[in-house]
Amino acid sequence: MKTIKMIKISRRNAIALMLGTAGYIMSSGIAFAGKEQVLKRINEITKGKGAKELDIFLDLPEIAENGNQVKVNFEIESEMTKENYIKNVYILADGNPAPDVAKFSFTPDMGMCSATTRIRLSKTQNVVLVAENNKNEYFMTKSKVKVTIGGCGG
Amino acid sequence: MSKVKPRGKVPKKATIDEVIEIKTLIRHPMHSGRMKDKDGKNIPRQIINSFKVDFEGKEIFKMKLEPSISTNPYIAFPYKAKKTGTFNFEWKDDSGNTYTMKRKMTVS
Repeated sequence: MKTIKMIKISRRNAIALMLGTAGYIMSSGIAFAGKEQVLKRINEITKGKGAKELDIFLDLPEIAENGNQVKVNFEIESEMTKENYIKNVYILADGNPAPDVAKFSFTPDMGMCSATTRIRLSKTQNVVLVAENNKNEYFMTKSKVKVTIGGCGG
Repeated sequence: MSKVKPRGKVPKKATIDEVIEIKTLIRHPMHSGRMKDKDGKNIPRQIINSFKVDFEGKEIFKMKLEPSISTNPYIAFPYKAKKTGTFNFEWKDDSGNTYTMKRKMTVS
């Protein structure tokens, strides 16, 4: 009986079934931020101006064994004077449930623009850094982190 | 829940115009609101959402934290020593608790 039933599925039905399954998987699984949402956030942060890709020192491990504690360190070359300094730095991740990770606000008193923290990464993904200076110019860089889950490879 | 305890490392002495590194760590579970407990119930979101540092009443560094920050948030940042004074660190969490810490630094 089973085989006969399977043959009876028409092409139209098969397509409908496939679409239905895909929709189910998408709606039932945990929603991840995705690249589109990160791009949307960058657009929001830069107020539509967009960010210039720049070679910023963003130190992240290439492979993170434990996605719960991933050390992030960045350093942006800046004079850090009242006339020219980095005001805000945003860290975004495209594979986490929400795109935002952290926002740092710097002042010229700090002498240099750098910071370190530890973040959570739920899977292999890109970590994006967006920097804003006091002249409202935006720069960005990104780094891919491979996250190993349970030692099985991600 | 273990007690929330802030910790910080600031050099006691610095020379003028020296860029020092300040390291802070606060013990906090940082529940993202997506984890479940042993009975399968959702643990409500409870995170440290902001961190602020003042030096002699002037704000020098601020950070906004999201659920993607690890348990026991560690934050390190630089500061250019200009004068002797006290750093005031302040963490705030979702339930409105504030945790503060003070550190002195002598500049010669």
